[in-house]
Amino acid sequence: MTQMSAAPAQATRTAEPVVEMSGVSVSFPGVKALQSVGLTLRPGEVHALMGENGAGKSTLIKALTGVYSIDEGTIIVGGEPRTFSGPAESQAAGISTVYQEINLCTNLTVAENMLLGREPRSFGRIDTREMNRRAGSVLARLGVDIEPRSLLGSHPIAIQQLVAIARAVDIDAELLILDEPTSSLDADEVVKLFEVMRTLRDEGVAIVFVSHFLDQVFEISDRMTVLRNGRLVGEYVTADTTQLQLVQAMIGRELETLEKIERQAEQNTVRATGTPLMEVLDLGRKGSVEAVDLQVFEGEVIGVAGLLGSGRTELARLLFGADAADHGDIQLRARRTKLRTPRQAIDQKIAFSSENRRSEGVIGDLSIADNMVLALQASRGWLRPLPAKTKERLVTQYIDALDIRPTDPHALMRNLSGGNQQKVLLARWLITEPELLILDEPTRGIDIGAKAQIQQLVADLAQQGVSVVFISAELEEVLRLSDRLVVMRDRRKIDERSNDDVSVADVLEIIAGEVRDDA
Amino acid sequence: MSVQAPVIKDLGSSLPESVRRYTPPPRFYPVIATFALFVGMFGAGTIRYEGFSSPQVILNLFVDNAFLIVLAVGMTFVILTGGIDLSVGSVVALSTMIAASTLRAGWPAPLTIIAVLLTGSVLGLLMGLVIHYFEIQPFIVTLAGMFLARGLCYLISVESIPIKNETFTSFAMGTIEVPGGHFITPAVVISLVVLVIAAWALHMTRFGRTVYAVGGSEQSALLMGLAVARTKVGVYVISGFCSSLAGLLFSLYMLSGYSLHAVGMELDAIAAVVIGGTLLTGGSGLVLGSALGVLVLGTIQTFISFDGNLSSWWTKITIGVLLLVFVMIQRIFTRRPA
Repeated sequence: MTQMSAAPAQATRTAEPVVEMSGVSVSFPGVKALQSVGLTLRPGEVHALMGENGAGKSTLIKALTGVYSIDEGTIIVGGEPRTFSGPAESQAAGISTVYQEINLCTNLTVAENMLLGREPRSFGRIDTREMNRRAGSVLARLGVDIEPRSLLGSHPIAIQQLVAIARAVDIDAELLILDEPTSSLDADEVVKLFEVMRTLRDEGVAIVFVSHFLDQVFEISDRMTVLRNGRLVGEYVTADTTQLQLVQAMIGRELETLEKIERQAEQNTVRATGTPLMEVLDLGRKGSVEAVDLQVFEGEVIGVAGLLGSGRTELARLLFGADAADHGDIQLRARRTKLRTPRQAIDQKIAFSSENRRSEGVIGDLSIADNMVLALQASRGWLRPLPAKTKERLVTQYIDALDIRPTDPHALMRNLSGGNQQKVLLARWLITEPELLILDEPTRGIDIGAKAQIQQLVADLAQQGVSVVFISAELEEVLRLSDRLVVMRDRRKIDERSNDDVSVADVLEIIAGEVRDDA
Repeated sequence: MSVQAPVIKDLGSSLPESVRRYTPPPRFYPVIATFALFVGMFGAGTIRYEGFSSPQVILNLFVDNAFLIVLAVGMTFVILTGGIDLSVGSVVALSTMIAASTLRAGWPAPLTIIAVLLTGSVLGLLMGLVIHYFEIQPFIVTLAGMFLARGLCYLISVESIPIKNETFTSFAMGTIEVPGGHFITPAVVISLVVLVIAAWALHMTRFGRTVYAVGGSEQSALLMGLAVARTKVGVYVISGFCSSLAGLLFSLYMLSGYSLHAVGMELDAIAAVVIGGTLLTGGSGLVLGSALGVLVLGTIQTFISFDGNLSSWWTKITIGVLLLVFVMIQRIFTRRPA
């Protein structure tokens, strides 16, 4: 595949770029979202835009399509400098965007969706026959064999996605931006999408492809632009780049320097013996995680590593029952158990701290104390309110133990810093005395001091016999804490090993998929 | 077309070509169901009561409900965008009051008609603007409009005002002969013209398609670059216009203006639209269905007047049951496999 797609890249290297962005900066109040970023898009090429979450990919796209206005830099479209004031204007200039969540109307027909707002008219009325004919011919050009008169909602998501692309093509797009088009598609559907993308590319359309799936990027793209923290890392020709190089560019460290990072943690004794506390077999859910086997032993810290979108969060949600699994078994303490709702998981002494602290954890208008006892109160049921004395005792105990500031239990949660909010959330679950604690990105966005305290806390809990599943984007942190390491990629568990002498570089290689062959 | 494009298969292609290529659009199913219900009820009436099947009985359904058809047509536009208009009944009452009082004051009939239609449309425009630009739920805004319009009626007069204008009375008394010695009123013709124009506008104009798109997904319509603001405000103007037109027809029917006219009529209109197969969440439904919905409501009333022993409250009970059944059927229709 890579060889195939490399050919057009060579052929069109000298072609006039469709879009040339250079030195583009965008800032929001207090944040520099993009700093002097460039992007060159040539006709007949699929250009992958890569970067971790927050790298500035969507900001760059929105700057191009006129959703955000740029502070500095130039955008040259078709040889002329342009500034767009909104999506409608950029669309008129031949730039079409298909968003991750399909923005079409399922209650209308395929043809209506493709031509909405641009319906062919004769004598002031919509010419339905002509509309269906035109839609049909565009669909045929893309090789999509569906009836234009059928309802959009009657087709699977993948086809709806193709219709969205067909709509963009009918606009005579010279540049097609696909923002994570494959995130809700399964493997067969991705194949279809790629066929359409290749057809369009061969017709000379420039395509921007945003995806978290490395394999897909390497299969379809001719070139890649990598962003990190709002800055341009570089542009690469896909055929000359290895996955390892790409991962390094995205994460931003050279292998050599990574190898020098000293692992400061003392090795925990691995207690992977006896009956596991939790054992899952073939656990999966369509569109989130494919069949995962995992054993969690008492007092063990399992570190989960992987890029964003690798399925690490989805795995945590399955283990907690926040998403119900399609298939697979869960055994808790050697007994088969179904976890279909978080409530069942809580009853089984499982606790889950979500990565979305703000939307899935913090209740800003309640006090520290109220936030803390929430989970315990919920598990007791509303008919048995927690006695005021017990509540006070527990709350002061945990404010002390976790060094939460301010120490006033009646302070409102929304006034706390991120690190302290995170500690309160941890306390919320610790109060329920869980046996398995699932932590998804517990240290994201909090200051270094609080981070160290939370890491210490996890280590202490494991000493006391609590099992922990620890998910973090920071590999050093995962390696420092975990007894065993699970590596996720493309929604699969691709590796599991005990954490003896594993370095950050090793993990990167696993993620990049270069160890799988010789391991 | 020398390049053979890759053909995407297995999209229900196991079905025979003819079946896959054409089926009646599913959007007609609810209307077909409503029509079947209407025919069924009418058939039951024919079997049960002598004279029920007379063509004049059917024509009377139109004669007695012309204003409700116009009202339901306007309501359909609003509900198709996912909104609701609770003000229509009060606007009908206000229209009869404005008509009766201005005529009593000696205004010529055409001027009165223009004043009434303008009042309804402007009220609709104001509500539409508030709903769209202040992002307030249509329920609340039109509820306010409902109280406002009803209150304005009392401001004009608390008494019933008879209409004695000659143009109005002659129009009200006028009948149009149809073959077979039966008759309809001019109001019926007006309601049917409104129905046809509405159906044309919804299906043959970009405005109409945008109404459906907004009802399907407002966010998507916005991102597709459609004129969402104009459409959303527009449907309330249409509903306001239809309410005032229905008010004029109602004043012809009653030949009076009264503050207590058309109390609760907005709910009849909503019921007709829902029984006619329009989804309350928007995006799906036909004005033809709403007209059929009105006829179903009319048939229930005909039933009760033919029977003579049934309390008129049976109308409400039957409407209640039908509404519930239809909404449940819709729910089953629209529920997607998870």
